[in-house]
Amino acid sequence: MPFFLYVGLFLLLPTVVIAGGSFADKNGSLTVSNLTSIEQAYLVKSFVNSAIISVASALVGAIAGALLAYAVATGNPRGALRRIVTSASGVFAQFGGVTLVFAFIATLGTVGIVTVFLKDHGIDIFPNGVWLYELSGLTLIYTYFQIPLMVLVFLPALDGIRPQWREATESLGGSTWHYWRYVAAPLLAPAFLGCTLLLFANAFSAYATAAVLLTQGGVIVPLQISNLFTSETGQAQPGLAKALALAMIAIVTIVMLLYALLQRRTSRWLR
Amino acid sequence: MGVFFLVPIAAMFEFSTRGNSVTAPRTMEAWTNIIKTPDLVDAIIASLELAAITSIAMLVLLLPTMVWVRLRLPRLNRIVEFICLLPLTIPAIALVVGLFPISRWMRINISDSILMLSFFYLILVMPYSYRALDAGLAAIDIKTLSEAARSLGAGWGTVMLRVIVPNMSSAILNACLLSVAVVLGEYTFANLLTYENLQVAIAYVGLVSAGTSIAVAVASLLFAFVLLMVLSFVGRPRERMARAEETIVAPESRILPLRDSYIGVQK
Repeated sequence: MPFFLYVGLFLLLPTVVIAGGSFADKNGSLTVSNLTSIEQAYLVKSFVNSAIISVASALVGAIAGALLAYAVATGNPRGALRRIVTSASGVFAQFGGVTLVFAFIATLGTVGIVTVFLKDHGIDIFPNGVWLYELSGLTLIYTYFQIPLMVLVFLPALDGIRPQWREATESLGGSTWHYWRYVAAPLLAPAFLGCTLLLFANAFSAYATAAVLLTQGGVIVPLQISNLFTSETGQAQPGLAKALALAMIAIVTIVMLLYALLQRRTSRWLR
Repeated sequence: MGVFFLVPIAAMFEFSTRGNSVTAPRTMEAWTNIIKTPDLVDAIIASLELAAITSIAMLVLLLPTMVWVRLRLPRLNRIVEFICLLPLTIPAIALVVGLFPISRWMRINISDSILMLSFFYLILVMPYSYRALDAGLAAIDIKTLSEAARSLGAGWGTVMLRVIVPNMSSAILNACLLSVAVVLGEYTFANLLTYENLQVAIAYVGLVSAGTSIAVAVASLLFAFVLLMVLSFVGRPRERMARAEETIVAPESRILPLRDSYIGVQK
């Protein structure tokens, strides 16, 4: 069937190329040096940076997104709020990359509308230099697509919570605290954790946003890969790039497996 | 919360109409510059062509496979689903490293055209279109329909084109719009494989003239918004069998293809 041929050629083959290339040196003989050289300080640093911004933006996105989803879930299921928030989340969760960076430069850049407005009112948001083009700026921009994504993936779990459970708690003499502590939180915890992992994977794989925003290369893993891969100074190390790509795939796969496990656990209670 | 999401978009509008100095009057210069920048025009055309080719190729590749698997090889259904959703778990930046040698081979032996990118974009749009088409196929009884058509003497081509496709036109439209949105927003593949598509061009122009590139960014964003709005409004269920289910889960069902489409391709 043409489908399997196509997938084999453009999905399976690249994966084989990455896996194979990770274990090959420049002359094509077998080596593990690509994988061991990930231990170099600057590469470890990029993994740490990637992890930091992914964790930070995932946590902020998960908490803000969960609160927003809760507000939506407790509202009228056919109301305007819900319709607007879910459709807008669908749009904003897809909004990223080049366009998003330009939007933030126009907002918070040195001549951005908010920066200028606040400066006119005596507030300097960049007292210690412009942080928009650094990791903290990147984290802020990531939350822009993380929050809507959280709303989309967490809302079904919140919808699965029955009002009857709260009534049952109350009729058994439980307070609001008891309800949250012993009923809602344990039910929602796996879903919340799973969705947070999803957000982590989402931020970890993001490339375009960082590539356009950050002026210095190689700060996070995706940028490091593209550096090693397309270096114009003849320093390209395709083997190492493939090893990094393999490491990224491994990390994202593990995170996604955990997500799938937690989703399965969630669906046992909530449907 | 609304401020956080709407201000950056408003700021882009504001920025793209700024004059050259603080006191200069509002101007549409940045917008008119779009047509005066040949690189941008080329990139816009290339991206639109890529979007069209990718959508058509996606339908030709996915739809017959999905129908065939559902009718004849239901055991393969889960495997096909797994494969189609796989590109979501492989980061685009990692996938492009593996695709590079393949792309180089194709450039040397087949063609150097930017349209070759659609081969790779097809992989990227697969998870999104699979979900949309899957929802469409689930809403109609393809087994009965195809058996009825076959017993009346229709060939497989007729079954596909004149029975199945018209019955799931809204799902097909959904899948196409999603593919178009994904392709127009794509940056990673084009940039690393050194092709100049819309997003790459916007990033380049941004180095020279921020105003112009922000104007294009606004335009492309508006286009994407319109597409996604169309997605949530058109294709009200015409399928009679789907209607019962649709009314229960509407209005969220219209954005169903977007839900869980977690790894935004453009990020």
